[in-house]
Amino acid sequence: MMRYLLQRVLYAIPTMLGVTLLCFALLHLSPGDPLSSVLPADASQGLRNQMMALYGFDKPLPVQYVSWLWRALHGDLGMSISTGDPVARDVLGAVANSLRLALIATLLGFVFGVLFGFVGGYFRGTVLERVSSVVSVLGVSVPHYWLAIILVIGFSVLLPWLPATGGGPDGAPGWHWDWTHMQYMVLPAVAMAVIPMGIIARTIRALVADILGQEFIVGLTARGLDRRAVLAHVAKNVAPTALSVMGLQLGYLLGGSILIETIFSWPGTGFLLNTAIFQRDYPLLQGTILVLALLFVIVNVLVDALQTLIDPRIAR
Amino acid sequence: MSASPPLVDEALPAQRSPGYWRGTLRRLARDPVALGAGTVVALLLLMAIFAPLIIPYDPYQSSMLHRLNPIGSPGHPLGTDELGRDLLSRLILGGRLSLFMGITPVVIAFVIGGAIGIFAGYAGGLANTLVMRTVDVFYAFPSVLLAVALSGTIGAGIKNALLSLTIVFIPQVIRVAESVTTQLRSSDFIDAARLSGASPFTIVRVQLLGNVLGPIFVFSTGLISVSMILAAGLSFLGLGVEPPSAEWGLMLNALRNAIYTRPWIAALPGVMIFITSISFNLLADSIRQAMEIKG
Repeated sequence: MMRYLLQRVLYAIPTMLGVTLLCFALLHLSPGDPLSSVLPADASQGLRNQMMALYGFDKPLPVQYVSWLWRALHGDLGMSISTGDPVARDVLGAVANSLRLALIATLLGFVFGVLFGFVGGYFRGTVLERVSSVVSVLGVSVPHYWLAIILVIGFSVLLPWLPATGGGPDGAPGWHWDWTHMQYMVLPAVAMAVIPMGIIARTIRALVADILGQEFIVGLTARGLDRRAVLAHVAKNVAPTALSVMGLQLGYLLGGSILIETIFSWPGTGFLLNTAIFQRDYPLLQGTILVLALLFVIVNVLVDALQTLIDPRIAR
Repeated sequence: MSASPPLVDEALPAQRSPGYWRGTLRRLARDPVALGAGTVVALLLLMAIFAPLIIPYDPYQSSMLHRLNPIGSPGHPLGTDELGRDLLSRLILGGRLSLFMGITPVVIAFVIGGAIGIFAGYAGGLANTLVMRTVDVFYAFPSVLLAVALSGTIGAGIKNALLSLTIVFIPQVIRVAESVTTQLRSSDFIDAARLSGASPFTIVRVQLLGNVLGPIFVFSTGLISVSMILAAGLSFLGLGVEPPSAEWGLMLNALRNAIYTRPWIAALPGVMIFITSISFNLLADSIRQAMEIKG
């Protein structure tokens, strides 16, 4: 099993290198020169050359890539063009905020997804299965950014219960797991949880129905096990898949929260990405995308490892 | 793929099997969900095609006196937007760009991704490894992140948004096409064709294509809903269609400031995206079932 895990980690390295290459290429795909946001349009050629040299844009591309990668490996993602802050610091702060939101959203999606999926798969051919499949179709079809707006309309505008935007109360920096802070999280978390809920419900429903049809279940029932004990066996067989789907969804939410974070002004990576794009702050854009993609790869490896630990059959 | 005919006495006249596609169509026609979703999709497409003929007002005619009229205002059944433009007309016209932006990337990705995937699957070896490792790199990005990153870098606009969405979907189609092709590659009938001296091109065209296109097609239809949501999402962020064009995602964003004054108007463009996406999703599910493809 250790060998399989090691293999999985080694396998991720070329992917990660590819990711760095793609992120590096992104900067050079962009139209116009990367200094357009710091230099006035009528800047002298001398100043322009000086800045190009300062940022290293005057060197050949492979050299730029290697030195960029080398610095990135040491945690130096360059300086944000618009703020002058180190990109790494900005991104890490935002990752913490995004992770917090994504974790809660994934948890919500997981709990309700498993609930709907289990009920739908267990009560096959009944109204409950219908309800479960409708819920999962709605979950995967709803534009989550529209749902976010609907939630704001419902619970901030019509019923003034929850704050519509922000990542916490003004004048109280930092994060605490208390209601003053967590109320800001409710609406974005619910809006984000809907897609994973739909996907998890659909996967679990099919899986539960499949397992219930297998011979060992018939055997267990024939041996006189009561319903609860049989369900425990089903749950044990569903767990590895459920957890791996959950892990994947966590990765998706972490990297794909830009719309929700923009709507709620949640100070996470998505919000940072939005800022970087519209201020044409390429180092910040590049750094954020790189960190998010690498996180996604790492989450995938961790999910695989976890799945292998739970279900040793996978390694074989 | 159709069930093998039962063993019958040879004296009986040979019965023609009704055929795979006719069976698929018949199953679709019997499925109420497929019929419902198909009807909605057809209506949406018709609405988009004939939009200029059916819109009641000029969708670009703004009026400072009639800004954000409520739903049910005289002359404006769905009210007006933040610039006083008739919302019904804009929603109808918006369907054109929204559907176009949602469907086009999937069609292009189906063709390009399908071709690359079949090539990689049939060629195997080094070519396969190279293609699939590249696909892995793209899979290291959540779709939304990749679409936003590409669009954000190359800039806003319809063409750029289409390009980024296509790039997002091509690797996904490649993966499916490669996997079904690889599974079939070592089948006896492919071996037989190879031994008979058929060229790879002929084998792919005659033996393979008919068997792999189904699963690739079904997977791609399932992508349309995702693509609709993503495309409108890009426009929502200001990375897709640019004002004053009518497009649902863009309209949703423009009306976001109106949630305090006219919440229901603000929600309307999203309703259109939702209806479209759910219809495509249900239709894709039904097609998958009717074609008897698992997964």
